[in-house]
Amino acid sequence: MSLRKPSKEQPESFKFNSSSLEAAKTIVAKYPKDKQQSAVMALLYIVQKQNNNWIPLAAMKYIGKFLDMPYIKVYEVATFYTMYNLAPVGKHFIQICTTTPCMIRGAYKLVEACKEKISDNENELSKDKNCSWTEVECLGACVNAPMMQINDEYYEDLDKEKTIKILNTILNGKTPKPGSYRGRTNNEPENNRKTLMDLKNA
Amino acid sequence: MLKLKVNEIDVEVEEGLTVLQACEKAGIEIPRFCYHEKLSIAGNCRMCLVEIEKSPKPVASCAMPATEGMNIKTNTEFVEKARKGVMEFLLANHPLDCPVCDQGGECDLQDQSMFYGVDKSRYKENKREVSEKNMGPLIKTQMTRCIHCTRCVRFATEIAGVPEIGAIGRGEEMQITTYLEQSMESELSANVVDLCPVGALTSKPYVFEARPWELKKTESIDVMDAVGTNIRVDTYGWEVKRILPRINEDINEEWISDKTRYACDGLLNQRLDTPYIKYNGKFEKASWNEVFNIIKSKLKNVDKDKICGIAGDLVNMETLYIFKEFFNKTLGSYNIESRTDHSYLNPEKRENYLFNSKINGIEEADFIFMVGSNPRYEATILNARIRKAYLQNKTKIVSFNNIGELTYPYESLDGDIENIKKIIENNHEISNMIKNAKKPLIIFGQSSLKSESAKYIFESIKTFLEKNEKISKEWNSLNIISKNASTVGSFDLGVYKTEDGSNEVLKNLENHVFEIVYLLGVDNLKLEKKNEFIIYQGSHGDKGAEIADIILPGAAYTEQNGYFTNLEGKLQKAYKASYPPEEAKEDWLIINELAEVMNHRKLFNDKDELDSSMLNQINLFIEKNNSIKSSNLENLEFKQEILKIDIEDYYYSNAIARASKTMLECKNAKINLKLTGTEG
Amino acid sequence: MLKDEDRIFQNLYNDRGSDVDSSKKRGDWTNTKDLIEKGRDWIINEVKESELRGRGGAGFPTGLKWSFAPKEVGSRPHYLVINADESEPGTCKDRDILRFEPHKLIEGCLIASYAVQAHICYIYIRGEYFIDGEKLQAAIDEAYEKKLIGKNAASTGWNLDIYIHYGAGAYICGEETALLESIEGKKGQPRLKPPFPALIGLYGCPTIINNVETIAVIPTILRRGGKWFASLGREKNTGTKIFCISGNVNNPCNVEEEMNISLKELIEVHAGGVIGGWENLQAVIPGGSSMPLIPKEKCETLTMDFDSLMAEKSGLGTAGIVVINKDQDIIKCMARIARFYKHESCGQCTPCREGSGWMWRMLERMAKGEASRDEINMLGDVTNQIAGHTICAFGEGSSWPVQGLLRHFKKEIEKRNNLNPIFDKDKNIPYLVDQHLLDKKDA
Ligand SMILES: Cc1cc2nc3c(=O)[nH]c(=O)nc-3n(C[C@H](O)[C@H](O)[C@H](O)COP(=O)(O)O)c2cc1C
Ligand code: SF4
Ligand code: FES
Repeated sequence: MSLRKPSKEQPESFKFNSSSLEAAKTIVAKYPKDKQQSAVMALLYIVQKQNNNWIPLAAMKYIGKFLDMPYIKVYEVATFYTMYNLAPVGKHFIQICTTTPCMIRGAYKLVEACKEKISDNENELSKDKNCSWTEVECLGACVNAPMMQINDEYYEDLDKEKTIKILNTILNGKTPKPGSYRGRTNNEPENNRKTLMDLKNA
Repeated sequence: MLKLKVNEIDVEVEEGLTVLQACEKAGIEIPRFCYHEKLSIAGNCRMCLVEIEKSPKPVASCAMPATEGMNIKTNTEFVEKARKGVMEFLLANHPLDCPVCDQGGECDLQDQSMFYGVDKSRYKENKREVSEKNMGPLIKTQMTRCIHCTRCVRFATEIAGVPEIGAIGRGEEMQITTYLEQSMESELSANVVDLCPVGALTSKPYVFEARPWELKKTESIDVMDAVGTNIRVDTYGWEVKRILPRINEDINEEWISDKTRYACDGLLNQRLDTPYIKYNGKFEKASWNEVFNIIKSKLKNVDKDKICGIAGDLVNMETLYIFKEFFNKTLGSYNIESRTDHSYLNPEKRENYLFNSKINGIEEADFIFMVGSNPRYEATILNARIRKAYLQNKTKIVSFNNIGELTYPYESLDGDIENIKKIIENNHEISNMIKNAKKPLIIFGQSSLKSESAKYIFESIKTFLEKNEKISKEWNSLNIISKNASTVGSFDLGVYKTEDGSNEVLKNLENHVFEIVYLLGVDNLKLEKKNEFIIYQGSHGDKGAEIADIILPGAAYTEQNGYFTNLEGKLQKAYKASYPPEEAKEDWLIINELAEVMNHRKLFNDKDELDSSMLNQINLFIEKNNSIKSSNLENLEFKQEILKIDIEDYYYSNAIARASKTMLECKNAKINLKLTGTEG
Repeated sequence: MLKDEDRIFQNLYNDRGSDVDSSKKRGDWTNTKDLIEKGRDWIINEVKESELRGRGGAGFPTGLKWSFAPKEVGSRPHYLVINADESEPGTCKDRDILRFEPHKLIEGCLIASYAVQAHICYIYIRGEYFIDGEKLQAAIDEAYEKKLIGKNAASTGWNLDIYIHYGAGAYICGEETALLESIEGKKGQPRLKPPFPALIGLYGCPTIINNVETIAVIPTILRRGGKWFASLGREKNTGTKIFCISGNVNNPCNVEEEMNISLKELIEVHAGGVIGGWENLQAVIPGGSSMPLIPKEKCETLTMDFDSLMAEKSGLGTAGIVVINKDQDIIKCMARIARFYKHESCGQCTPCREGSGWMWRMLERMAKGEASRDEINMLGDVTNQIAGHTICAFGEGSSWPVQGLLRHFKKEIEKRNNLNPIFDKDKNIPYLVDQHLLDKKDA
């Protein structure tokens, strides 16, 4: 990860819309009085959701005021955690896990697929400006490797062809089905189950 | 007390110390970068590792509490290996550019790498690139040198109270920056330069000026405000190159304000280096003999009641004393004054113009009530202490007026004098807050002393405090923030004429009663000159010199030895670090010589005689003052008004600051900050 | 093999649904009130008797940890915090609990909260598990609705609120004090210890932090008795454990098995064997990426529990088993793990911040055969200079895998990296930027 820099082009101002505001208030209520700073992470997500999947500087300032915390502290948080996008990403944001468990099951083939279908480089918008991809660290689905995440959903048990299929679906404006692409149930050993047998048959 | 062992030597230390502090008590130095006594413990540099028996891993001594029976070792191979390892990592991405680094010669990293015999790293990959950050006119950055100790971040957040520096990103990519790369909005910002253990944050105005070992170092006292900050003046020949803090736990701990530090380039500009006489509206150079003779003939031909002397804001006490002697003895005049405005003064008792709770007493206060004061600008360092009190004890702070952003939260009243009346009549919530507090702190600032109701405000509150036993030997809650470095000294020496709180000399001056006016370093006087003949003695071609008819070039505070009494009444001596330029002379000398010209007799044979005579006088005064009781002022006249807060031009408050380019830049940076609206 | 009826997570593969009613059929929430009525001491005692050790990686005895919570609630409230940050490469067990067995977790939260006297419980879920978090939230909502939590939770008289807090992509937030910082709305940088969170934790209040799996097994332990749990596995390494078997196996999977099961059985029976056959096995990472790898020779007889792995200079960690076969370049595999740690270091400690990138860069070169002979030992030095010198255990986590590689595959590295040391005047190494170092013979 190189230091994730805020986008050069920044909107002048930012404000929560009414549903974001509602959501923000609910979040703040989860924490003790005077500890509203705890909500900063959730609020950054809300911004990201409202603002096409990225967080402008003006929004950090807005959050700083909203939670009565210094701007620099919001900025620190936004740059520390990698899930906050400080510059525009695709509407469909594809993250491929390439950490060792995925790598040894062919994760870099998935990267190839992305390079072919989306863009030559990481964090570069596709031709239709709708997609971008990036390599990420372990997403915690190692027994379903290799896998990728598109926005919130996990796509598991992939290979290059399956990835291309998924990407094509997206590029055609449809939403691919998340989950395993070898048709197995969650984390069970494919065709080899030795445990919880009566339940399976029940 | 705890009993423990350091390197097999038994030591006893107080409870509550860290292992690092315990080692220091045992006389063993522990290397450190992130640890700093005045800041919270970060424990991140890992340089202070020591061995503690039964712990398999080396322990960061700065963060580990010392406990009974601990067996600490700092000289084992285990420890040496650990330190060398950390050192190697610190140097891994460091540019090793000491020859071009301003920190060279006083760099902790350089020193410790020498000491621990590691001056390089086996790291062979490309070194990290880090972009420079804009931190304003005072702080120059070279972020590749940063070792991420976060001292600067902690200083800004904790001491300065302006959380504007942070460490963004993470891991290798972590970088120190200010929010959106703006200058820090703090009057203490440049202390991060001292705190930075390497050359990442250095002094912008001082860039490449000199190497530390080429400089002469003189311990002295600052005069930018009445706090009496302890400083060190570093000079190269005549030039003052830089000013650094000296530790004084009672006053400034180890901080100095940006003005104290950086107004010093004003010592090089606009200096008066020769006597001048005004002919037909134009100044012409003259010799000392000429000007003395003209002054003599002028003074001899004017009725002594038509002569007055005003002393300015930066004048040391020896000069104030000889100035007074000159008027009293040589001229037989009592028309002298040190206040350049109509602020209220009741000189009956010394406590009436002192910060009686003392600066370090602030930390004990349990309630603070500020009347017409903005300590952030009137006494920056004192303000830092209020913040410390707030952080340590969550001290409640109330201001009589809303005075804008301070570095701690406070509540404010609406500034209506009516409130004072209610308070003293026990009709206000503040009354109870004061009464219920064990150690309340009532702070009077310049704005309250200057207001029309000054006498009412001051005396009635004082009476209220006395009645409620808040002024006693144990705790005196009455506190005045004096305006200038010379204020308390002039009051102690009696440089005023009237004792009833008024300023008769100034009133007469304004009514053009005087024919000859002797301005001793006075640059903050608003005077519409008519026919007065003005003698100006001072160091800078500032406001006083502009209206003068005769100019006597004096010395600045760094160019002569001189006493100052700070706002809490502590007498301190500023030492001569440089010398007056060209023909200019030390101030006391000018007056002594003038006296000789006038009367064929010096007032004092030498400086020593002057010093001891002055100190004698002060001692007598203080002794006498301690024994008198203050008379109660009854029936004070109440007048309805709203207390107005004077906003001083902070970076431009005296002749030296006004001659400083750096202060101008600070002023502009602040204006720009306001303009870009980052405020809100 | 563990008998099916002794498996705690009956719905590990979601055969039965994760809603309250289905969960109740599996025994969840049946006599929660009775369990709690037996009192704090009984609960803690039972947990101690079960010899349950934390499932988050460090294996700290859970009952003991709970007993560190102050006995009396003072002016500061107590908190329970659940660690669902699950970011250790090779690990994906907590996710299954969040989505398929949420009620085991929620019931566990109630019991644990009662035991440590907390009325608020935060569950810290890694941001990437948003969908799984939503599933847990649905279960929490359901539990509130059925009055299982909230005021007078499950008629126990105890009040408990449970909130989810999402992380946002930072492995280090799995470290318990970094996690607390993160909940407080700060960067996830681990705190100095002491003070320990049990006394000064979240918002400066006493806080007990446990892994998802640790808490989720609690209700079953109490129902079936600490003795039952302790009878599984072996002494000090008791009970059942969810193993994640990933990498070069035919059927990667999660499976709940008895502690101390043999590694070979896990791989051969549950995961369908190594791709290319057992002989094709090269090495195994036994407990998530932080744990030193174990070469094939030792895998034959290895049993999976805290202490037997420790004896092999490795560890059970999170029980995330990554199987690496001979088709893989082992140096590359470890270089990629080093990259992970470089990416995830929080950056506060000097050794970790500077050392993790250093190790990665050296390993990358070693994978390409671009390192000099002497650098192999130097890499070992660097790992030793990191491990044990940092605020948190990340320092160990990042250097142990490299040490494991050096321990077992040094020959492999030496074979590939045979360049002369630079001080033999082989100046042609493109990475040598500090030419001035050459001036000193002893550098
Ligand atoms: C770098 C680092 C990462 C960690 N990540 C996790 C994690 O993702 N999940 C977890 O439960 N524990 C993790 N831990 C362990 C926790 O610090 C802590 O020991 C654990 O949550 C305690 O719960 P337990 O006693 O139930 O195991 C991590 C520790 C370290 C040093
Ligand atoms: S060891 Fe690394 S991750 Fe842990 S606190 Fe230090 S810098 Fe952060
Ligand atoms: S001085 Fe102790 S870790 Fe830095």
